[in-house]
Amino acid sequence: MQKESSPEPLLEVRGLTAGFDAGPVLFGIDLDVAHAELVALVGANGAGKSTLLGVLSGLVRAGAGSITLAGEEVTNARPEVLVRKGIAHVPQGRRLFGTMSVEKNLLLGAYLRRDGEVRDDMARVLEHFPALKNKLSREAGTLSGGEQQMVAIGRGLMARPKVLMVDELSLGLAPKIVDHLIDVVREINSDGTALILVEQDVLVALDAANRAYVLENGRVVLSGPAAEVRDDPGVRKAYLGL
Amino acid sequence: MAAVDGVSFEVARGEIVGIIGPNGAGKTTLLNCISGMHRLDGGDIRWQGASIAGMPPHRVARLGIGRTFQIVRPFGSMTVLENAAVGALFGRADARRGPKEAFALADEVLGLVGLKSKANHPVSSLTIPDRKRLEVARAVATRPHLLLLDEVMAGLNNVEIDEALEMVRTVHATGVTVLLIEHVMRVIIGVCRRAIVLDGGHVLAQGEPEVVLRDERVIQAYLGERYAKRIKP
Repeated sequence: MQKESSPEPLLEVRGLTAGFDAGPVLFGIDLDVAHAELVALVGANGAGKSTLLGVLSGLVRAGAGSITLAGEEVTNARPEVLVRKGIAHVPQGRRLFGTMSVEKNLLLGAYLRRDGEVRDDMARVLEHFPALKNKLSREAGTLSGGEQQMVAIGRGLMARPKVLMVDELSLGLAPKIVDHLIDVVREINSDGTALILVEQDVLVALDAANRAYVLENGRVVLSGPAAEVRDDPGVRKAYLGL
Repeated sequence: MAAVDGVSFEVARGEIVGIIGPNGAGKTTLLNCISGMHRLDGGDIRWQGASIAGMPPHRVARLGIGRTFQIVRPFGSMTVLENAAVGALFGRADARRGPKEAFALADEVLGLVGLKSKANHPVSSLTIPDRKRLEVARAVATRPHLLLLDEVMAGLNNVEIDEALEMVRTVHATGVTVLLIEHVMRVIIGVCRRAIVLDGGHVLAQGEPEVVLRDERVIQAYLGERYAKRIKP
């Protein structure tokens, strides 16, 4: 079942432009994420997907355009403000603190929280990833690639985000682990967290998502229900290699 | 704890062999053993009939075994061509050359991997697929007889993978034997005549990809039911 965007989207991006010293990367991006929606972001390497996530999490400055989260404009807010307001970013390549314990890595995701429910959320993360239960005291860098990705996603969840953005979930992981992680991502989504999934394994992303956006050279060239995007002849040729 | 435990296999001249297996199965450790980055506790590795076990990495490279690394570390302040030339300067002993020839070879290798038009670009300007190409170029510039590739297609989409497969075929066609690690079955099915499956440091199965990828033990340990159904060997 494809969900329609609710009238008041959770995350609303309008006319977003951003880039680096070397030049602009994103040109007038429009993107919506509804409450509890799972949105896939696909495109070739260099299309601007990771840059877009960077702008959404405050790591890259927007040159023009606006980002609205739950009705509040948050364009160019600082990263820590955006985390507090509900945007969590699971970066490409996990980026864990390798010599710190799994538990500390997870708790770092809740660094800004002052509520008393951090331990409850830790328990919830371990429900999603029972494989981490007996590894909390291990150095994160000694875990397998799949377990490290679990910690990275868990760390994101510990911020109790409204929108969880996962960049390249499948990178360097065995197929069986990818399928498992996708199941957990769906679980997290069905608990009410909206997700943006950036993925090179385009089929995996489109199978999991409600809706999808295709980025080419910094522009949205196609968007719609994930099943329609998957069946688009251009997408099949350019990304799926079918 | 043994990461690789009692593994035996052979690679014949001219083959392209794939190594697959779960994360933590010992695949990279195995390449590290072959390339001299990791000391063996037991067993032997023989190259063209002679033992290379315990040999330091630079000597293994001089014998004609080149490799790439999962985490690419190009020289950031140098151009693409200069990076490839480093491989040419410090490669196979019987193909050693001076700086001028090294640059000529580097130029040729950049052509093989499809980076010629970016030869004079700084490496910082390269996209991820191009960085992977450069990593392969650096290894190929050492003039290896055997090329070890560690997940050079991770992070590429299917169409980018198909381009990278063409690059592997091109390098292979110049007479290079290839042993590669990948999690992407499109690669294993696309270029490998043989696949070796590692699990928990042991060889779980080996043989033709079409056979190995239908092996129930391989599906249980590595592919998972859903993925096994998606692939069409």
